[in-house]
Amino acid sequence: MEPLKLHFDVSGSDFTCAGEASGNIKKALKEIGFSAALTRNVAIAVYEGEINMVIHGGGGQIDVEITPECISIVLADQGPGIPDIALAMQEGYSTAPENVRQLGFGAGMGLPNIKKYTDEMIIESEVGKGTTIRLKVFPQ
Amino acid sequence: MDKYFHSVRLDKDKCRGCTNCLKHCPTQAIRVRAGKAIILKERCIDCGECIRVCPHHAKIASSDSLDRLKDYKYTVALPAPALYGQFNNLNDINIILNALPKLGFDAVFEVSKAAELISEATRLFMETQAPTKPVISSACPAVVRLIRVCFPELIENMLLINAPVEEAGRIAREKAVQKTGFKPEDIGIFFITPCPAKITSFKQPIGVDKSNIDCAISIKDIYPVLLKAMEHMDESDELKAMHESGVIGLSWATSGGEASGTLNDNALAADGIENCMKILEEVERGNLDSIDFIELNACQGGCVGGSLTAENPFIAKTRLLKLRKYNPIACNHLPQKSLPDHLFCKTPIEPCDDVMKLADNMKEAMERMNKMKELIKIFPGLDCGTCGAPSCKALAEDVVRGFASETDCVFRAREELQDIDDSAALSNIIPAPFRETKED
Repeated sequence: MEPLKLHFDVSGSDFTCAGEASGNIKKALKEIGFSAALTRNVAIAVYEGEINMVIHGGGGQIDVEITPECISIVLADQGPGIPDIALAMQEGYSTAPENVRQLGFGAGMGLPNIKKYTDEMIIESEVGKGTTIRLKVFPQ
Repeated sequence: MDKYFHSVRLDKDKCRGCTNCLKHCPTQAIRVRAGKAIILKERCIDCGECIRVCPHHAKIASSDSLDRLKDYKYTVALPAPALYGQFNNLNDINIILNALPKLGFDAVFEVSKAAELISEATRLFMETQAPTKPVISSACPAVVRLIRVCFPELIENMLLINAPVEEAGRIAREKAVQKTGFKPEDIGIFFITPCPAKITSFKQPIGVDKSNIDCAISIKDIYPVLLKAMEHMDESDELKAMHESGVIGLSWATSGGEASGTLNDNALAADGIENCMKILEEVERGNLDSIDFIELNACQGGCVGGSLTAENPFIAKTRLLKLRKYNPIACNHLPQKSLPDHLFCKTPIEPCDDVMKLADNMKEAMERMNKMKELIKIFPGLDCGTCGAPSCKALAEDVVRGFASETDCVFRAREELQDIDDSAALSNIIPAPFRETKED
């Protein structure tokens, strides 16, 4: 069957809107009937990605394709890119500015959490061009 | 008992079918059909928001009356601490407690006494049981129901200790049996309740097999008769010292009271159903793992904000602050400083999130969601409520579930009519939200 497609534009200028896309995705997964645990995992992974997009990427796009067998998520931004992906994946490594740290973000757990809560994670990034993160979660 | 018993009811004669309750229901459990509001019982969490906002007082709670006293050989009144904040110029809680027997009760047992025991049990639980953090209070029954319906993943964080009212009911019945020699079922335990969610929790308990509470009388129903019984009592010499709880017990009536009773600085308290939902979303995202304890009250201000109270919650709160001044911190303690088994919830709290599913199987649900996406594009997005659903999105959901039709939307219906009869009369009538103004 055709996958269910959802698209969200994430604003880079309004920090207070971060979390809306992940909230909508969570609601959709619940309505489709995925388990509460899977729904929570996907919601956390997308939320972390969404926050990254706002803090670092200057906004971006989230595309979700849902089938009963697989949930795939593409988080894309046109921001500064990640120079060293391995370093960025380390827990606690952060380049977040002080103003967002004061709000409790930028602990260097964003990317590691995305990996933790998904089954597949591929990061493509080019300095100066942007970052695309492809995620897959398999319900079974 | 009906699986979906609710204490929130509709007085059909008073309902005008307006959109006030529709727009305020946190779980979108209300629709308007045939000019009357209907409650979708599998979604309702009995928070009482609709009772609070209905301008026609058509939403009511099925509480008991004092007539029920005659159904029992011996009766005990359980006043919620919120009751103490309802009276102007009251300087002694004993006046209320001495007046309650005048209404026909044989005994009185303060819920705030049991609240102090629950606070102590919570502290012991947090110290000794290494629970999943943050521990979320289960004292507000509307919040318990909200978590079951909307946040089932957080059930494992819930404090599985009975609410104070249940423990108060248990002790009160035990004492009454000892004193009278009657059978437990001959004793009537009457809670004087600030909210409908508590009433539901007695009829349809979560966490216990059978509630210890037999009847619930709303604060606003008992208020006038109690006020009358309290007259001139402060001048009476017969005023017995019946008040036996301290600052911690009385604090449970207001938001932050239960959290402060944990004597843990790393606790959070939120009140108002929207705020509770925001906090639960944060917990779900893992952003509040460093907090030890979370107290949530569906009503603004805590139990004093309950929809069955008589007084404004902010005024009641100030009065309670005054009343609890110079009280001991706590007057009630657990024997041997240990966690008795009977305080723990006996039956598991089950998730109740199936109600959110669009269909029983995923394929069907996804097809319905695709259809919903199309419908949302063609609906005007005004969320006006004229269709009887709280928002355009909710109407789209109702349509795919088969509960409503696309042309329930007056704007869609108008377009359809225009297609049939493109008369000038119809075309010239443009609803105000879509009319261009001169400035444009």
